[in-house]
Amino acid sequence: MAKFRKNGKGGQQKLNTSSLPDIVFTLLFFFMVATSMKEVTLIVKIKSPEATEVTKLEQKSLVSYIYVGQPSNTRKFGTEPRIQLNDSYQTVDDIQNYILQERENMKESDRPKMTVSIKADAQVQMGTITDIKQALRKAQALKISYSARKAIKK
Amino acid sequence: MSKKEVPEANASSCADIAFTLLIFFLVATTMSTDTGLSRLLPPIVPETEETPPPVKERNVFQVSINYKNDLLVEGEWMTDIRQLRGRAKEFIANPADADNLPEKQETEVPFFGTYRVSKGVISLQNDRGSEYQAYLTVQNELQAAYNELRDELAKEKFKKPFEDCSSEEQDAIKKIYPQRISEAEPKNYKK
Repeated sequence: MAKFRKNGKGGQQKLNTSSLPDIVFTLLFFFMVATSMKEVTLIVKIKSPEATEVTKLEQKSLVSYIYVGQPSNTRKFGTEPRIQLNDSYQTVDDIQNYILQERENMKESDRPKMTVSIKADAQVQMGTITDIKQALRKAQALKISYSARKAIKK
Repeated sequence: MSKKEVPEANASSCADIAFTLLIFFLVATTMSTDTGLSRLLPPIVPETEETPPPVKERNVFQVSINYKNDLLVEGEWMTDIRQLRGRAKEFIANPADADNLPEKQETEVPFFGTYRVSKGVISLQNDRGSEYQAYLTVQNELQAAYNELRDELAKEKFKKPFEDCSSEEQDAIKKIYPQRISEAEPKNYKK
């Protein structure tokens, strides 16, 4: 009886999946190495301006972010550009405290290398940016980066 | 004698576990690295200090942006932003030693010996009402002017692009073409 069943057409050949975990693990490691954790949930709309001469910001641990743009929820917060620090809307006056806090969280040796990345929407007026820059100067955070997307060189 | 086989651990759930982890990382991470234009802000000058000596007119390349995003370069309106890069390069390098372009100071630079380094400063002023994109485009063009000059010098001296130079060579070139873009205190031309 057993002999008959073996040769029968009913049983489908099983696919060998023993290498599947290896493949998936390879993918997993790739993603773990190549990516970084999402910093915050954006509550402002940002369409980065374009530039051709951008440089990469190395070492994410040294970078603090300031987001500027229209609130995502315009019905509730209006259309006036707002500043986002961490996860909430803040004003220019809060930037100094924010920088101090960020600096506290850093290793002592890294503090002079601290960079502030200003991620602002392309439509934002320079007044806001200028206020931020003045606040950063007051907070002694002089290394900044204007975040921009890489545009194709013409 | 019969061979005793070692019982294999069931690894069929391994793939599931790995998939779960993979999907978690796919969702929780971002691929894009942050890119941008790096700048160094000037430290705040204490009010008690004396005002710094004025910079000579010929050593300053004045660029202003108004609230309509128009560009004023050295007192002239510039309609095409693509001209800015050429003008800035000419200003920084001052190849013909023109009278109205910046002075040069002899400086000791490694690899180059005594080199006449330009004293030029680019001053960028913007109105509070100008758009961020316009401002950044100008910044970008000025950066491009410096990058191109450095690249040209690197190719001439070291026969390779600036990026491929060693850090000592890069530092030497940076000494010859120091990036001096001053962001002046903001002005409000129109409320």
